[in-house]
Amino acid sequence: MEEYLNTKGRIFDIQRFSVHDGPGIRTIVFLKGCYLRCRWCCNPESQQYDIQQMTMGGKTKTVGRDVTVAEVMEEVERDRVYYDRSGGGMTLSGGESLAQPEFAPALLRAAKESGINTAMESTGFARYEIIQRYLPYLDLYLMDIKHMNSEKHKAFTTQPNELILENAKKIARDAKKLIIRTPVIPTFNDSPEEIRDIARFAKSLGTVEEMHILPYHRLGSDKYQGLGREYSLSHIEPPSKEHMNRLLEIVKSEGLRGQIGG
Amino acid sequence: MKTFYTDKIAKSERITALVEDLYRKMPEIEADRAVLLTESYKETEGEPIITRRAKAFAHILENIPITIRDKELIVGSATKAPRGCQVFPEYSFEWLESEFETVATRIADPFYIADETKKTLHEVYKYWKGKTTSELATSYMTPEAYEAFQHNMYTPGNYFFNGVGHITVNYAKVLKDGYLGIIKEAKEARSKLDVGDADYNKRVHFLDAVILSCESVIKYAKRYSSLAASEAKNCSDMKRRAELEDISRICDYVPEHGATSFKEALQSFWFVQMLLQMESSGHSISPGRFDQYMYPYYKADLDSGKITRESAQELLDCIWVKLNDLNKCRDAVSAEGFAGYSLFQNLIVGGQDEEGIDATNDLSFMCITATEHVFLPQPSFSIRVWNGSPHSLLLRAAELTRTGIGFPAYYNDEVIIPQLLSRGLTIKEARNYNIIGCVEPQTSGKTDGWHDAAFFNMCRPLELVFSNGVDKGVQIGPRTGDVTKMTSFEEFYGAYKTQIEYFIKLLVNAINAIDVAHAERCPLPFESCMVDDCIAKGRSIQEGGAKYNFSGPQGFGVANMADSMWAVKTLVFDQHKYSLADFKEAMDNNYGEDMDAHFAEKLTKEAVKEVIAGGKTISESDVAKIFTEIRKNRCSDSDKAKYRKLREDIEALPKFGNDISEVDQFARDVTYCYTRPMETYRNPRGGMFQAGLYPVSANVLLGGQTGSTPDGRLSFTPVADGVSPAAGRDVKGPTAAANSVSCLDHFIASNGTLFNMKFHPTALAGQQGLENFVSLVRGYFDKKGSHMQFNVVSRETLRDAQKNPDKYRSLVVRVAGYSALFTTLSRALQDDIIKRTEQGGF
Repeated sequence: MEEYLNTKGRIFDIQRFSVHDGPGIRTIVFLKGCYLRCRWCCNPESQQYDIQQMTMGGKTKTVGRDVTVAEVMEEVERDRVYYDRSGGGMTLSGGESLAQPEFAPALLRAAKESGINTAMESTGFARYEIIQRYLPYLDLYLMDIKHMNSEKHKAFTTQPNELILENAKKIARDAKKLIIRTPVIPTFNDSPEEIRDIARFAKSLGTVEEMHILPYHRLGSDKYQGLGREYSLSHIEPPSKEHMNRLLEIVKSEGLRGQIGG
Repeated sequence: MKTFYTDKIAKSERITALVEDLYRKMPEIEADRAVLLTESYKETEGEPIITRRAKAFAHILENIPITIRDKELIVGSATKAPRGCQVFPEYSFEWLESEFETVATRIADPFYIADETKKTLHEVYKYWKGKTTSELATSYMTPEAYEAFQHNMYTPGNYFFNGVGHITVNYAKVLKDGYLGIIKEAKEARSKLDVGDADYNKRVHFLDAVILSCESVIKYAKRYSSLAASEAKNCSDMKRRAELEDISRICDYVPEHGATSFKEALQSFWFVQMLLQMESSGHSISPGRFDQYMYPYYKADLDSGKITRESAQELLDCIWVKLNDLNKCRDAVSAEGFAGYSLFQNLIVGGQDEEGIDATNDLSFMCITATEHVFLPQPSFSIRVWNGSPHSLLLRAAELTRTGIGFPAYYNDEVIIPQLLSRGLTIKEARNYNIIGCVEPQTSGKTDGWHDAAFFNMCRPLELVFSNGVDKGVQIGPRTGDVTKMTSFEEFYGAYKTQIEYFIKLLVNAINAIDVAHAERCPLPFESCMVDDCIAKGRSIQEGGAKYNFSGPQGFGVANMADSMWAVKTLVFDQHKYSLADFKEAMDNNYGEDMDAHFAEKLTKEAVKEVIAGGKTISESDVAKIFTEIRKNRCSDSDKAKYRKLREDIEALPKFGNDISEVDQFARDVTYCYTRPMETYRNPRGGMFQAGLYPVSANVLLGGQTGSTPDGRLSFTPVADGVSPAAGRDVKGPTAAANSVSCLDHFIASNGTLFNMKFHPTALAGQQGLENFVSLVRGYFDKKGSHMQFNVVSRETLRDAQKNPDKYRSLVVRVAGYSALFTTLSRALQDDIIKRTEQGGF
């Protein structure tokens, strides 16, 4: 076995038959650990790199396990026939894959070398030299742009956005394909102006044709409790369908193919 | 590349009205057929049975009331009232007589029965005592086989109480040559017989019976012709008058002659379809490859401008409505097993032709549209899929799936064709297969498959391993030894094999006894005349006249068996954490849990009934008390804790349905315990036994007869359906479940396998959702699964439907091999459907 297949990493879930994060039927590998702390995050158990305990429905379970690339690939391989039929493949999500710069590129490489399509959901928050390690093995970069105003970005995610925006330009230049994704969070970025600014930026990148707007949902709120944390957005209602449609029109008017949800 | 007309054609107002009329009232039992049959039988005593059958059929068709329903374009009804049913006392009658007072109020498939009808049937029944197939079958069964049947080791009740059905006749032959053609064929065969032949007399009687039956059918159609003509005269609505005149002209011409137009072909088809179900009470009379044999008529009329796509669609829709006009009343227990008033008339489109070329045509698409328009449980709509299936057809099928109707069921040519080849069919015959009833493949017009011959619950022999062959105090099975003293897994597994093989042999005995009874008491000359080689052999289907003969009893509970064996192997023999005695004790005490509520409710009702029968009254609160008492688990708290701990440890083990190779391989092996012995047996028609793996809806009913199992399943709860994972135990999504199921050997289960999957509608949302769905089907079929079906409806919707049945009268769900109206199903079956894992797109 080639050495890189023994690279170890930390994941907290593998989800098969995922149909909203990249084309076709996909298997999503959720990596543990993230640089951002977005208040709306629906996978709060993904944020810390440390292995944690989470209590859900009265049962405590361990979140996070260390695995090798080969072990993950064994699971990913199991749905190959469905990838072949649907044009699907493997998607890395998290957490933030850029936070595991040895493991994640090795995993992408393993998939590519065995002919499996790859995608990655990522904030793009890392030094560009790190990101460059991933790009050769990546068919699709699904990149989050959450806000164009750095202060507001920092207030809701704990990090400013300069590095992200800078990286977006480079990724647009170097990646095989880039799609911009924006979670639509009421009180944060759900105004038509805010979405328009993001769409304009996405368009200005030159190679981006598509932008997804993902309506805020509360499905992860129980997990905060399960981790002994407070969910700070409990007062927020998900955006209405009508409002999402309005935002979608704005995205389209900027010359992008838009879609609601992944 | 072939292109298809895929635009959706709008539904006409007529279809809406026809459907409304159909469901206006509760279906009713009518006595006309039973009366006429009995009259005829009384006059033909002493004559050959085949002659008596033909004469009775003729007498019925000559005299049974006929009716043309308002707005119909295709006519022919078996009963005066829509969705009514006739009675078939020649098969069995005692159950109906004993259920006269409850049949209208029972939970599963109630029927109204008028007092007058009860009285008439009561008179009729006097004649039938001692003359039915079911009584003869009982007398033919070896005592052990009968006893095992009484102990619910298997359930051959379907053909024990009713006709066999389960056939696809050669519709194309009738459409082409009419019954005149068949009469000619029979006369020619007759003229070639040599009086010196050993079975000359038998053959002559059979061929005469065929001729008489065909003549009766022609006359019957002409009765409709006259009725339509007289109704036309009295009709003031000129448009309707013209329709009636056309009906009159058509029924005068077909099915006597070959059809000369699409409309004639459809009317001719309908007489065949309906009258097969008048001759016998067998269900699953399956139209088969309707898009193939109808296409030439459609194409010719469309090309000549005789019809438009719209008028053709309306006619097609009319056939779909008529398929729901037929009905069948089963005994209360069978009604639960086949819940949903279903007749399983399986109609299939797409797939390869005899030469291996894709046979999809415009009618294939229009049949999908008809199913959408009519949106009722009949026909059981299926689609054949192979590597060469047009993508557009599958996308259109996926759209139908997305409506939540549970149709179509998807079948894999790449598995079924080799399956049939391995059973001796030619490549052309195998390629021309269709599906009978739920999931059973065969080649049309040549096969008497006896599919659905019995239910075999694979968990029951395991129970007997734990009881050393004793059930309810009686030694019905082999003594495989004290389970607590078994020292290896091989010994335990060996005991299971001994038990199951013993009961398979008895099952064969029971089925063959029923088979012979049908041959002797209810041979069917009409059905036989449309199946090769009956006319050539001069022998009815029931006597082995068909070219291919099979008997196919269906096993189920694969997932429970696999999980059970895995649990015992792991916890007892690998980890030495528990003993078999621990398992036995926990299972005997239902793992420390209260009795299943549905089952306790049933027992309560029975207890209450006894009290009332004893002339006493009983208050609501007493009923509640009885219920609580029956349910209560009487173990001590410490015992309960012990049993629950075991069950928790069982639950933590890997389960079938999650794409875990070693567990799935185990399931494959366990399944062979059923499928392999089965194919070593022969039936009296000269054919072989072949196993199926599907449950209809009996997994709930028969689960109610099964104690706890070592997989942690509680007493009397449903067992797993078909080859699907146990409800709620597949947690890794649809691809993982499909991979597990594809790990079983689908080739040997040549009587069909059934894989149920439940989807939330969002999983199929948008064009992308449809594409992914099609890919899932294709992927499973690449892995050599043979069948797949889907329920697409949210859990919330189903729960709401339980609370507000009136709001959901039309809610159709996939039950097992068929779809049924959700609100007509029993509560237990409803709960089971809700519980089946809901596979969402994440």
